Amino acid sequence: MAIRDKLSGNEAVAVAMRQIDPDVVAAFPITPSTEVPQYFSQFVADGKVHTEFVPVESEHSAMSACIGSESAGGRTMTATSANGLALMWEMLYIAASSRLPIVLSVVNRALSGPINIHNDHSDSMGARDSGWIQLYCEDNQEAYDNVIQAIRIGEHPDVNLPVMVCFDGFITSHSVENIELLEDDKVKNFVGSYHPKEYLLKRETPIAVGPLDLQPHYFEHKRSQAEGMTNSKKVILDVAKEFQKMAGREYGFFEEYRMDDAEVGIIVLNSTAGTAKTVVDDLRDKGVKAGLIKIRVFRPFPFEELGKAVSGLKALAVMDKSDGFAAMGGPVFNDVRSAMFDYAKDVPCINYIYGLGGRDVRADDIAKVYADLGKIAETGKVKSTFNYLGVRE
Amino acid sequence: MSDKKRRFVFTPESTWEEMPEGGLILDAGNADDFLTGDWRNIKPIWHEDKCKQCMLCYPVCPDSSIEVEDGKMTGIDYDHCKGCGVCAHACKFGAIDMVDEAE
Repeated sequence: MAIRDKLSGNEAVAVAMRQIDPDVVAAFPITPSTEVPQYFSQFVADGKVHTEFVPVESEHSAMSACIGSESAGGRTMTATSANGLALMWEMLYIAASSRLPIVLSVVNRALSGPINIHNDHSDSMGARDSGWIQLYCEDNQEAYDNVIQAIRIGEHPDVNLPVMVCFDGFITSHSVENIELLEDDKVKNFVGSYHPKEYLLKRETPIAVGPLDLQPHYFEHKRSQAEGMTNSKKVILDVAKEFQKMAGREYGFFEEYRMDDAEVGIIVLNSTAGTAKTVVDDLRDKGVKAGLIKIRVFRPFPFEELGKAVSGLKALAVMDKSDGFAAMGGPVFNDVRSAMFDYAKDVPCINYIYGLGGRDVRADDIAKVYADLGKIAETGKVKSTFNYLGVRE
Repeated sequence: MSDKKRRFVFTPESTWEEMPEGGLILDAGNADDFLTGDWRNIKPIWHEDKCKQCMLCYPVCPDSSIEVEDGKMTGIDYDHCKGCGVCAHACKFGAIDMVDEAE
């Protein structure tokens, strides 16, 4: 029987980490890191885990220590947020290219400046090209479930890539919600133990990790890394299927909410999906055929599946909680639109940058987006593709 | 190339499918397989007649290119010597000269 509890997002992730009982957690113990290492260090102090907890002096060191321990053969996890993630930047790429399946919980908060500590997606969106798998979570339950699945996804021998589990700062990280936890032994059985093929502490076959790799071989190593990301698509779905058998909760590349006969739809990530679903329900009551897609897997990007999922719409809005400053749409929009070129070329598509720096996103804001979509569906015309939703002007 | 047993031998023809993932090197000492002698601009010439077998050059060579057998220097490994000249600097007896590689 599942265990009913009420936990904040940070607590939920820390509990998942306790149940996973990783070999090493190396984390920066104060802000801009999160409460996750704080809660977890309590489990360490109480003897609830076997983990070696390394409180490091910076986020750069946190990821460096994670790379060291994962190379040595230890299952390794950490957590961070915002500028902490930014300070990890250099090492994120090294973790991914060294094919080290570290699991990192990212509490999505705005990158300064101007200085801001509240929720948007500029931190993890900036890391989207670092070679990490990225899973996004609507609420505490999904954060908990995704952290558990992330271990299996990253460590799969066809993948061997690090995984970021991203959830919204404060909205999810600090809000206490009802949650269904799994029994400790169920989680332990699900994640199993970590058996990398090669690792530094394997005495019989010594290896070198992270050597200089120049023109003759670097290119081939990158191609191999790309293959790991491609392979992860199947693994993500397989792990989700197995997880569903155990936990009863269903996961895929994205969630489709009332999309079957939808004419107008929006694409969102993370907690805004919760707000938007109530708007969809209200609109459906009024006879508007509204639908919603919530992306769970942003890296690898499910081009074909997502492109096909929106192909029946009369108008689509893509919501970006960060601006990539391409001067033409945020990062989610650019990838969605690229997918649509192959699978939904004729669907008019509009982009909204919204909620930056923790600006509240209310049901009214989302309702306005659907109202705009109604007009676009009617006329087939998008007046302005790139918009800031609700900014004062 | 070394006669040591290798788990993977990197060559300029190695494909991405066969190479170890993540840039791992699976064999200790595989630097032996990479012939770095062609990086050299200046070349050490060993004069056996002036050599006192003092072994001052041997430990300073960063590329393990001073060849030694039974405690005695026997020559220089030009496949790996990068021509840094540290050996010539360390030699107190003028037994190693650095000359232009082109000569």
